[in-house]
Amino acid sequence: MGQQPHYLGRHNPEITLGQKLWQLNWGMIILICMIASIGLGMLYSAANASFDPWASRQAIRFALGFVFMIVVALVDIRFWFRVSYLFYFGALILLVGVEVMGSIGMGAQRWIDLKFIQLQPSELMKVAIVFALARYFHGVSQEDIGRISFLIIPLAMVIAPSVLVLRQPDLGTTGMLVMASGAVFFCAGVRLWKFAIVVLSGLAAIPIGWQFLHTYQKNRVLIFLNPEQDPLGTGYHIHQSKIAFGSGGVFGKGFLQGSQSHLNFLPEKQTDFIFTMLAEEFGLVGGLVLLGLYVLLMVYGLAISLRARNQFGRLLAIGLTFNLFLYVFINIAMIMGLVPVVGVPLPLISYGGTVMLTVMVGLGLVMSVWLHRDIKISRHGVHDE
Amino acid sequence: MPMVHEDQDRHKGFTRRILMLSCGKAALLSALVGRMYYLQVIEAEKYKTLAEDNRVNLRLLPPRRGNILDRFGVEVANNQQNFRVVVVKEQTPDLMATLDALAKLIKLSEHDYKRILRDVKRKRGFVPVTVKDNLSWDQVSSIEVNSADLPGASIEVGETRFYPYGADMSHILGYVAAVSEKELTGDPLLELPGFRIGKSGIEKYHDNDMRGQAGTSEFEVNAYGRVIRELARNEGGSGREMILTVDAGLQTFVQQRLMSELSAASVVIDIQNGDVLAMGSVPGYDPSAFNLGLSSKQWNGLINNPYTPLSNKAISGTYAPGSTFKMIVALAAMKEGIGALSHTAYCPGFMKLGNARFHCWKRGGHGNVNMIEGLQHSCDVYFYDVARRIGVDKIAEMANKFGLGEKVGIDLPGERSGVIPTKAWKEANIGEPWQGGETLVTSIGQGFVLATPLQLGVMVARIAAGGKKVIPRLARGYREGEKTVAYPVPEFEDLGIPSEHMKMIFQGMDAVSNNPRGTAYKYRIKDEGWELAGKTGTAQVRRITLAERQAGVFKNEDLPWRRRDHGLFVAYAPVDNPRYACAVVVEHGSGSKSAAPIARDILRETQRRDPANTPAVPLQHTAEATNTADEV
Repeated sequence: MGQQPHYLGRHNPEITLGQKLWQLNWGMIILICMIASIGLGMLYSAANASFDPWASRQAIRFALGFVFMIVVALVDIRFWFRVSYLFYFGALILLVGVEVMGSIGMGAQRWIDLKFIQLQPSELMKVAIVFALARYFHGVSQEDIGRISFLIIPLAMVIAPSVLVLRQPDLGTTGMLVMASGAVFFCAGVRLWKFAIVVLSGLAAIPIGWQFLHTYQKNRVLIFLNPEQDPLGTGYHIHQSKIAFGSGGVFGKGFLQGSQSHLNFLPEKQTDFIFTMLAEEFGLVGGLVLLGLYVLLMVYGLAISLRARNQFGRLLAIGLTFNLFLYVFINIAMIMGLVPVVGVPLPLISYGGTVMLTVMVGLGLVMSVWLHRDIKISRHGVHDE
Repeated sequence: MPMVHEDQDRHKGFTRRILMLSCGKAALLSALVGRMYYLQVIEAEKYKTLAEDNRVNLRLLPPRRGNILDRFGVEVANNQQNFRVVVVKEQTPDLMATLDALAKLIKLSEHDYKRILRDVKRKRGFVPVTVKDNLSWDQVSSIEVNSADLPGASIEVGETRFYPYGADMSHILGYVAAVSEKELTGDPLLELPGFRIGKSGIEKYHDNDMRGQAGTSEFEVNAYGRVIRELARNEGGSGREMILTVDAGLQTFVQQRLMSELSAASVVIDIQNGDVLAMGSVPGYDPSAFNLGLSSKQWNGLINNPYTPLSNKAISGTYAPGSTFKMIVALAAMKEGIGALSHTAYCPGFMKLGNARFHCWKRGGHGNVNMIEGLQHSCDVYFYDVARRIGVDKIAEMANKFGLGEKVGIDLPGERSGVIPTKAWKEANIGEPWQGGETLVTSIGQGFVLATPLQLGVMVARIAAGGKKVIPRLARGYREGEKTVAYPVPEFEDLGIPSEHMKMIFQGMDAVSNNPRGTAYKYRIKDEGWELAGKTGTAQVRRITLAERQAGVFKNEDLPWRRRDHGLFVAYAPVDNPRYACAVVVEHGSGSKSAAPIARDILRETQRRDPANTPAVPLQHTAEATNTADEV
């Protein structure tokens, strides 16, 4: 294949393991460690200045996840390219699995108990869908993307898991799957008017979808639309969250001093509402610092996707970065009462194993894209160097 | 190189799309930052207030109720430690096991079990539930010794009102009990569980003084209401310590002495300052029982007792004063110009008015009597005679001056005003014109006339004071921390009775007791210098029929208790230099012979103790009190 343009950087894309380690995004890793440390600090505070029961276990998970992330980052991107569909179907089978188990067993089950971790297939699917779509769009030419027939397969890939997750029922995760997929579609170059059609038909479907919602889900939406209606009943969570959040003020009440969190007015403070606790104890300043760290992490992801020479890597990086954005945005918007209460945790901070694992795997993949940024992958999967 | 070109195109498109996506992200993140700014800066104060409301609970601390002391500082009502055993469900592995173990040490009835289990269910797990109140010291120590076997059980100390003198002071002090729905005024103190307020007597009249200021305690609570820690505490102030005019020793004597009768009342007043030294009413009741809670059986027993133990008869029992009223008639007659010594009346044993005969108590009559002899013998006809001359309204005017017919203003709730009839009164209340015969009946303190024992005591005190408007009182002052305050004693107003008139009354009353032919000579005080001057009274509670009168002898003792005459006696002592006034009423006591010996014993004991001349608790006079009469 002749000369490579210079702007694509290195001449030799193949690098050794030692070089890979050297070229790892240490800045990104430091950012991840900083965010995770903040998370551990908040879990320590949530347990009333105790490492038990949350911070210690979360630290172990982070350590495992960290090793996992580095390993994922070092694995050749062509391997990930090859296994992407496999990964997707694996996650889909697990989703069907919990659906079947759930219908046999006790109601809404979302996880598979692997003893050391309660695996939530829907969380895995957040990574897997991006994986699969990146692989698919990698193989579709610019012209073909314009054709509707080429969109049928990826749409099916999105709809299948979305329907399964919606049945669990997990509105938040469904939304994230659809939106992350949408971002990949968007960046792959699907025409804008097609998005418009999807959005409009989605809006038209709202009245029909409303019928299928559970009472508690309807309540969440109604509370969101009218938060003052029942501050002690269904609106309790969001009401208390806003009180704790607002009372933090600019500089917060100080570490371990968040009265609302420590006196248990704030529910779920170790999981979904952990950002509220941070905002109560460290105020606006603390919230902005954490948000800034996330933004830096996302900028890294964007830069990597822009720098990657293969479409698979670009789409993978952009999809996973967007996933991270969705986690952060939905969680923080929810606890401030901007969107209805949905079970979306704050990545790297909220207590929980699967989320930690999937987020770190996702970040590992983004780093892998960086390490293998100059490797070209042919349309059909064989590397053409 | 189509591949490379295409890839470059794709890359350009990709970059554009990424920029668009990033702009979208940036917009959404800006919305987040804007929201954070709104909540934490613009609305921060609102949420800070809400957060404080969430976590801070204010609790009232009940103030310590002021004690009540007698005039010498003896505690007659105080607060005693009340030990109770409580269980905290959270701290027991097995609630029933703990209760069963407790039941071996203190008796727990089926009813107790039910109540405890109900309370435990109703309250949160960390709230102590009372198992048993008012434990004896033995019970407390046996629980403490066995505490290892009683997980979750503990002893708590509270305060209960205690009345060392029990029934002897019950009518003066009254009692405290839980606040009823009707008594709620919006004062949150009254809504505290277990808070007690005065329900009668001094406890009620001076309730606000003795109640004190509630303290407050600010607690931090968590979302479940569990107290985490105390943030601030303001102890409030104890109530005032009331200092009574009563001499607890004399009071005990009076009450015990009255117990010789089924139902009786008496007052002893210091005529110089109106201090009520004793106020007895028999039967009494145990005021502490109200505080601990009465069973319905006990309550019905008190309510249905024919001798009305709950009523303070000294202020709320009204009786026809009988012949004790004759001093009033005599004073009214003298005021109208009837000479005490110059005017005589002939008593043949009755007086005829129209067709009706008005009998004297002595069937044979007294012959010619003047006023002093009229008092000495209690000759009814003499008073019929003068009353007929002056008319009922003049009598009523004099009666009012001496405190009859209206409340005397004692500092107790439930005082009654009695009745002193006038022509206008009868028109207004009965709607019929006054009959001449009614004047005669009134002149011997019968008919419409009604007075309380206290009013009779005040009447005789005003006589003994030589015609001064003595006003009785039960509280001398109070102590509040280091400060003592004396209630001022006003200079008693002169009633405008010429001293010669008073002298006649003194002579008459002296003769009643100290003249061998006086009606109460038998019940005189023989001790030199302690002699009393008095007046007997018998009040019929029924009409004596003609048949009975003709049958001659009717013995009160043969009648059922309810139909016997009331016995009354009013007196002062010592006769030469009066200081103490006393009135005794014995319900259905078969005439004054029941009341006179009691009054004698009381006045004798009063002079023996001589409380008026014994140093009482020193009290500071307030600024407004300095101009008024000193109280010895």
